[in-house]
Amino acid sequence: MNPFNYSKDQLIAKALDVRRDIITMLVPAKSGHTGGPLSCADFATALYFRYLNHRPQEPTWPDRDFAFYSIGHVTPVNYSILAECGYFPMKDLMKFRKIDGHLQGHPHRLDTPGIEISSGSLGHGLGVACGVAKGSKIDHHDRRVYCIMGDGELEEGSCWESAMFAGHYRLDNLGVVVDYNNAQIDGKNVDIMDIAPLADKWRAFNWHVIEIDGHDMDQILAAYDEMLSFKGKPTVVIAHTRMGEGVSFMEGHYQWHGKPPKPEEGEAAMKELGTTLSEWTDRLLTN
Amino acid sequence: MQEVLMELKKEKTRVGFGHGLVDLGEKDERVVVLTADVKGSVNVNFFADKFPERFVQCGVQEQNMTLVGAGLSLLGKIAFISTYSCFAAYRNLDMIRISLCYSNVNVKIGASHGGLMTGPDGATHQALEEFAIMRALPNMKLIVPCDYWEARKATIAAAGIDGPVYLRLGRESVPMLTNEETPFEFGKGSVMRDGGDVAIVACGVMVYEAMVAAEALAGEGIDCRVINLHTLKPIDSGILTQAATECGAIVTAEEHQIHGGLGSAVADTIALTHPVPIEYVAVKDSFGQSGTAEELLTAYGLKATNIVDAVNLVLKRKR
Repeated sequence: MNPFNYSKDQLIAKALDVRRDIITMLVPAKSGHTGGPLSCADFATALYFRYLNHRPQEPTWPDRDFAFYSIGHVTPVNYSILAECGYFPMKDLMKFRKIDGHLQGHPHRLDTPGIEISSGSLGHGLGVACGVAKGSKIDHHDRRVYCIMGDGELEEGSCWESAMFAGHYRLDNLGVVVDYNNAQIDGKNVDIMDIAPLADKWRAFNWHVIEIDGHDMDQILAAYDEMLSFKGKPTVVIAHTRMGEGVSFMEGHYQWHGKPPKPEEGEAAMKELGTTLSEWTDRLLTN
Repeated sequence: MQEVLMELKKEKTRVGFGHGLVDLGEKDERVVVLTADVKGSVNVNFFADKFPERFVQCGVQEQNMTLVGAGLSLLGKIAFISTYSCFAAYRNLDMIRISLCYSNVNVKIGASHGGLMTGPDGATHQALEEFAIMRALPNMKLIVPCDYWEARKATIAAAGIDGPVYLRLGRESVPMLTNEETPFEFGKGSVMRDGGDVAIVACGVMVYEAMVAAEALAGEGIDCRVINLHTLKPIDSGILTQAATECGAIVTAEEHQIHGGLGSAVADTIALTHPVPIEYVAVKDSFGQSGTAEELLTAYGLKATNIVDAVNLVLKRKR
């Protein structure tokens, strides 16, 4: 059971809060990734607030589902959602990337509740998720394992070792969501190292494939529902997203992969998100 | 004594690993074993035959095997991943560094076919840099057993150690210097032969060569202490400092590159506590080649006779 079981409207509202958190924590951090966290915000919010069987007050609850962010660099969305769920106080977000906080630039399982594995080098998360999924099969445990991956990440060969493993062992307790925002550090994915045709690749590795608009909450919910009911193969949801979604001057610009907003950019972004930096900073600091 | 050493029974350390896994499997449901298409070669077939439900064949996927091991450990399992040393410390190093060491998970690496004695397969398959790599990684522990029994006990000990452990094993049968009753304590070296003129610190198959060298030197009136330093990390500073203090000179011997391995670890340690002259018996910054194990140990200067030469050299420098 997911402890929140949010409705579609509640998820849309929560995803907006998550985007506000992301901008608000990135401005004082003065470094970090903006584009990917914003493109992941909708499907990641839906995962934690409707599907994931977890207990934020008991992060290592043995019967929990496992969620991995194979793209370690999207910590702003990862940490925001963990805080929104109650894994740690919201005010901790204001110490993102700071020496006196517990929120490393890339996540560390021994520092932060809710982080299942330390990550930051691409192409690790799916293999670790495969280990949990395979181990759960060995134990005849019905937990689900989720893994959020990036499109640029899929250029790493190790991802395809793991994809082959999951297909071979028919790990139908494993589901991947690919944040296909077509942007990576040096440019558009299609220009740097094209991963298309992506659905065909996953199918060739014996996965069940669902393609959606990753910012349409109806399609997101339908995809998770299908993932949960599909048996016999692991499922991948290819979520077509836009880098920087929600902030007009960031949307679709790969330059926003690895930089934070300057204060004036942050203020402009927060205005588009219906609030201000100072208002939202106060919300974080008082929760 | 020389005759006794010559007549010791031989067995492979990888077989000790395989039997140690079966010992563990019988006692502990949490133990799972993975391999990357080398089940029989690294002797995890013993475990796979007995506990098929806890054995995971990963195919030729060393990177993924390492990650799957990490995932299994997150469920409270103790995962032993196994392949050849030349893949187990190199191909998957990024995964070892972040998903095993930084995450500090219970994954144990059974790395067989380490060192020159892998023989005819040639340089690509003769892993000679693993000690340096593993020593440099925070949270990693490194054990280099000298024989079958020590490998079996080290395997069992590894399951009880928190976090990642690297076990360096060999392809060839090597003399059994220890027996079922010999105590094995992780992190503590053992004195195989006492002496006060010079200390020979060795690991793996070189412990045997050190014993043969010590015997030969005894005939020349040189009294060698032989230390089996099976655990390279964490290192036993006490036994090394005592050896430096009491013997005043040290020779190290390892089936590994001269840089970053046992010799470096010993020098690092005594430099801080009691510096004395050291000579190194190791592969001198080169790759191997094809040949038999014995031919290669001779060609690359890793025989007892090379240890004897090193002892004579270090004694000239002893103050």
